[in-house]
Amino acid sequence: MTVKSEVLLLDYGAGNVRSAARALERAGMTVRVSGDPADVPHAPALVVPGQGHFRQVMEAFDRHGFHGPVMDAAQGGVPLLGICVGMQMLLSGSEEAPGTPGLGLIPGTVRRFEVAPGQKVPQMGWNSLDKVGDSPLLRDLACPAYAYFVHSYYVPLDVEVDAGALTEYGVPFWSALSQANLHAAQFHPEKSGAVGLAILTRFRRYVLEGGAA
Amino acid sequence: MLTKRIIPCLDVQNGRVVKNVRFFEDHRDAGDPLTLAQAYEAQQADELVFYDITATHEGRHLMLDVAARVAEQVMMPLTVGGGVNAVADFRQLLLAGADKISVNSGAVRRPDLIREASEHFGAQCVVLSIDAKRRPGGHPDGAGWTVHVGGGRQDTGLDLLAWAEQGQRLGAGEICLNVMDADGTRAGFDLEATRAVARAVDLPVIASGGAGQLADFRDVLRGGDAGGHADAALAASVFHFGDLTVPQVKAYLKAEGLPVRPDWRDA
Repeated sequence: MTVKSEVLLLDYGAGNVRSAARALERAGMTVRVSGDPADVPHAPALVVPGQGHFRQVMEAFDRHGFHGPVMDAAQGGVPLLGICVGMQMLLSGSEEAPGTPGLGLIPGTVRRFEVAPGQKVPQMGWNSLDKVGDSPLLRDLACPAYAYFVHSYYVPLDVEVDAGALTEYGVPFWSALSQANLHAAQFHPEKSGAVGLAILTRFRRYVLEGGAA
Repeated sequence: MLTKRIIPCLDVQNGRVVKNVRFFEDHRDAGDPLTLAQAYEAQQADELVFYDITATHEGRHLMLDVAARVAEQVMMPLTVGGGVNAVADFRQLLLAGADKISVNSGAVRRPDLIREASEHFGAQCVVLSIDAKRRPGGHPDGAGWTVHVGGGRQDTGLDLLAWAEQGQRLGAGEICLNVMDADGTRAGFDLEATRAVARAVDLPVIASGGAGQLADFRDVLRGGDAGGHADAALAASVFHFGDLTVPQVKAYLKAEGLPVRPDWRDA
């Protein structure tokens, strides 16, 4: 293929996008970083990062004017990859910020880990991924694979998605998911070494390029 | 299952890694932070810590450049510490590409720094680094360690456990405990102090200071009455001098029944 797959990486002030941009490039994508919602309708694919408090992330997203255009693109079938809080945003809301609606593209509520003996919150470190169904993000990925997590909130398993990865931290939760054109990772692929690179490469290969190598 | 982390720590002065890093003698430039970061990434270290020991303004600026260069090239979590006194320091280092910032003396001088940084950037990027030393002759309350600052020269009189708890309340996301009695001795981590902190807070605890041999890592990372209950172990000289490698430590820990991230290659 002569033209590299292009993604629009949304920069709306919720965390540093440089590492994510660099990792997407390493996985073979052309990355355009933008804080301008006018770029969204023309984008072949969207990457939505997110870091911090759910309400602040949603407010920053709205304030930058991304809400409407991203909803239109996502509902119109444009491939989207959410990372960390960028995954949680896809749901209806979060226990972190009752009253702050998420994008609601996937019905369900993001929940908080319980503090228990031997269980610290946030979960911080490398945990294993187990495949559930056939998510393109994890296709042919040797498991167990370990990815780097930093989070206090998670997408519970009662949220219905096509496929994904399951991770256990006191409770099992969706550490990655695929639902039609929507894909997401709770962990940080850009910080997850070879595993992270492999997952981003699969997003390019199987989602953006429809299976081409 | 969440794994125990092994974290090499590198001291940086004026943008260069200092101290003799013997393991990397075969590299062209053993003082280049990026070269060393890439070598540790190849070893599948779980995180990296760069500790800035620069005293000058120019040196601080070079540290930002180090963070940026390493974050651009290395896909692993990066903590930067040393001389962090203000929210503005956090902002600069995070924008440069650091994932977490460790605070030490600056937080002792002004504890609200922890709260402000946590509110601005989230608890996940605030590592409270504590230098502690055992009280001579112990203490009637059983609180056996005090917090030191200024590279360990000054005893603040603050109780270690009280400070760790306060750090948690103020919004720290992680505690890195360096027990000075053990630091540099290679006689093993201080298990008692590490265990006491791990029990006092609900935050992940990184043990630092004293790593010498494989069993030291096992002892500080395991639970039980004798273990250190740490979530991660940080070490400098044993890795830099090539006495131990990260894969060697992980293979040993796995054999000892502790969860570690295995070596992984794409199919």
